Amino acid sequence: MKVGLFIPCYIDQFYPQVGIATLQLLEKLGCNVSFPLNQTCCGQPMANSGFAALSKNCDKNFVANFRGFDYIVGPSGSCVLHLKEHLHDEQHPGEAEHIRKHVYELTEFLVDVLKVEKIDASFPYKVGLHNSCHGQRGLHLSSMSERMLPAFSKPQQLLSMVKGLQLTLPVRSDECCGFGGTFCVFEEAVSVKMGKDRITEHSANEVEYITGGDVSCLMHLEGILKRNGSNVKTIHIAEILNSHA
Amino acid sequence: MSTSKLSHADAAEQFIKDEPRTNWHDETLWFVRQKRDKAAHGLPEWEQLREWASQIKDHTLSNLDNYLLEFERNANTNGVTIHWATDGADHNRIIFDIIQKNNIQKIVKSKSMLTEECGLNEFLHAKGIETVDTDLGERIVQLRHEAPSHIVLPAIHLKKQDVSDTFHEHLHTEKGNNDPQYLTEAARQHLREKFIESELAITGVNFAIAETGGFVVCTNEGNADMGAHAAKIHIACMGFEKMIPKAEHLSVFLRLLARSATGQPITTYSSHFHKPREGQEMHIVIVDNGRSRQLGRADFRNSLKCIRCAACFNTCPVYRRSGGHSYHTAVAGPIGSILNPNIDMRANADLPFASTLCGSCSNVCPVKIDIHDQLWKWRQVLVSEGFVDTTKKVGLKGMAFVLARPGLYRFAGKAGRAMMRMFPWLLNNKLNPWYKQREMPAPPKESFRDWYIKNKQQ
Repeated sequence: MKVGLFIPCYIDQFYPQVGIATLQLLEKLGCNVSFPLNQTCCGQPMANSGFAALSKNCDKNFVANFRGFDYIVGPSGSCVLHLKEHLHDEQHPGEAEHIRKHVYELTEFLVDVLKVEKIDASFPYKVGLHNSCHGQRGLHLSSMSERMLPAFSKPQQLLSMVKGLQLTLPVRSDECCGFGGTFCVFEEAVSVKMGKDRITEHSANEVEYITGGDVSCLMHLEGILKRNGSNVKTIHIAEILNSHA
Repeated sequence: MSTSKLSHADAAEQFIKDEPRTNWHDETLWFVRQKRDKAAHGLPEWEQLREWASQIKDHTLSNLDNYLLEFERNANTNGVTIHWATDGADHNRIIFDIIQKNNIQKIVKSKSMLTEECGLNEFLHAKGIETVDTDLGERIVQLRHEAPSHIVLPAIHLKKQDVSDTFHEHLHTEKGNNDPQYLTEAARQHLREKFIESELAITGVNFAIAETGGFVVCTNEGNADMGAHAAKIHIACMGFEKMIPKAEHLSVFLRLLARSATGQPITTYSSHFHKPREGQEMHIVIVDNGRSRQLGRADFRNSLKCIRCAACFNTCPVYRRSGGHSYHTAVAGPIGSILNPNIDMRANADLPFASTLCGSCSNVCPVKIDIHDQLWKWRQVLVSEGFVDTTKKVGLKGMAFVLARPGLYRFAGKAGRAMMRMFPWLLNNKLNPWYKQREMPAPPKESFRDWYIKNKQQ
C-alpha cells in the first residue's frame, strides 16, 4: 500500500513534530509512506475566504505531487475535507478525482482503512478531546449532537487503545472552537471568545492536555492558553498515538 | 439597509465587551438548543420527518407558480382578497391603501419577520400611523425602538431588569420590580386594551395551503388570534415561499417547527384561517421582494425552504456570542446570512463571512437547507462580484501566489520563521489581530520537510 503523506503547510512550518508523529505512526502500522517534497498547501485558506478561483494553481501542484498513490493521508480534517470537496485539475481530471476519493484524515484512515485494533502507545495524562468541526461534521469522524443517529467516534476509539490515558469530553462536546480559517483574524473578537469558552469547559475537567485531529484548532487554543499563562497544553492526536509505550 | 451600519465583526466586538452578558446570551440560547435536542431525540422518526419536510418544500419550490395560483383561486372562492407585492415598498403601499380606504386608526400586529423585512412599522410611522406589536418580545423591543434580535425570541438580548426599566418608562410599572409575573401581567393589561380597540389586525403566515386556500399562523401567546378575532379587517402578510401543497403536509411541519424552535411538541396556538367571519374583511399580501431572484440562483434556491424556526440561530456558536443585532438585518443568524445577500449584496457582504463554517446549522435545520455550504458559495459570489475588502484581496492574492510555487513557499516559510525568531515584535504587535488576545505559535528552526530530507531520504 503506497501512502502519500500530506503535511499541510502550517504544520510543515510550525508543527513539524505532528508531521513526524504521523509518519512514524503510519510506518509502525506497516504502511509504505512517502512525502512528496514539492507539496505546499491544499488551497483551503483562499477557497474559504471566497477566492476559490485563486486556489487553482495550488490544486494543480497538489495533483502533481500526489498522483499515483493508493492513499493520501494527512493529519488535518479540515484540509482533507477541502480536498475531498473542491480539488480539481482541468488538465488531470482523472488523477484529481482519484485523489478526492482516496484522501483520508489520519484517524479515519487508521480506523476505516487499516482497521487498527491495537496501538502500542502510552500517555498517562488526563486529556480532553476537541472534536474539530470539519472532521466531525464534514468527514463524519464521529456522531454529531444535532443528528439523531447512533453514537460513534473514530478518534475516541483510537484514544481508548492508549495505555494510561484518561479521556474527558467537554459539556458541549462538538461545539466549534472559533478558529475558522481567516475567520480567526477577520472576526477576532468572536473567534477568541469561542476559544476561551472551549478552554473553560476543558479546564472544568481539569485536563492536562487538549487533543484533536486538527492542528489549526489546537494552534488557536494554544495561543489563548499561552497568553493566559495556563498550564494546559495542546497536543495533536498523532503525537499521542505515536507516544512510546 | 444602510451601508453606514457597523460590520458584523465590529458590532460583535462591541457586544462581547460585556462578557457576562455575552455568557448569559450564549447560555440562554444553548438551553433552547438543548430543549430542541431533547424534543428531537424523543421522536424516533425525526430524521425521516426532516427528509419529508425537505422533499415537500423542494417539490413546492419546483412547482411554485402552480401552487400560488391554486392558492389564490381557492382563497378567492373563500372570500379572501389576494394582493401581489413585488417588493417591500409595494407590500407597504398595499397595506397603507387598505388602511386609508377604511379610515383606520388603531392597528395591532402579531409577529411577522416579513413586515420587519419590508420595514412596515417605520413606513406607517412616517405616515403618522402607529401599529402595536402584540407578541410580548416584539412589544418590548418596539417600546425600546429596537429591532428584534432573534426571529423566534425577539427580545432574547434583554434581561429581566432591562424589561423592567422599559416597562417602568412606558407602562409605568413599579421601578426596579423585576418579577416576570408582575411584568407579564402589566404587558397583558396593556395589550388587552390594544386588542379591544383595534380596527385592523396584521398577522404573518407560517404555512399557506394551496389545496384549501387557507393559512396557518403559529404563536405561543395567542396574540394573532386575539388581534384577528377582534378586528374588522385582517391582513396576513406572507413571503411566497410559505406555500405547501396540501393540508395533510401540515402535520410534518407543525411537528418539526415547534420542536426545532423551542423544544415544544407543538406551538401553543396553531391558528387555521380560511375565510373572513361575517362582516370581516380578510386580505393576504403575497410578497416577492427578491425571492424570485433567489429561486433563480441554483446554489441558493433551497434557502427558500426555511420555515423560520431559528434552530440555526440557537446552535450557531457565532450568533450566540455576537447577538442578533450584529447581523444588521431583519433575519439574523446563519439563515439570514444566506438570505440577505440576495436582498442587498453590498450591504450584507460581511454576513456570509460571519461564520466558521462549522456546519451545525445545516445539521439542525428541519428542512435540510445546506446552510454552511451556501455560506461558502456566497463568499465566492461576493468576491467575484467585487464586494471584498482590498486588504483581504491583496493578502490572499499574495498568499495564493506563494503557495502555488513550492520553492518560493519554502523560502518564505524559512525566512518568515527566522524573522519571527529574530524580530518577534514584527508580528507580536497590535496590528496583528491574531496577537491581540493570543500568542503566536513558536517558530521551529526546521520545517517537517527539512527533517524528512535529513532523516528519511536516502
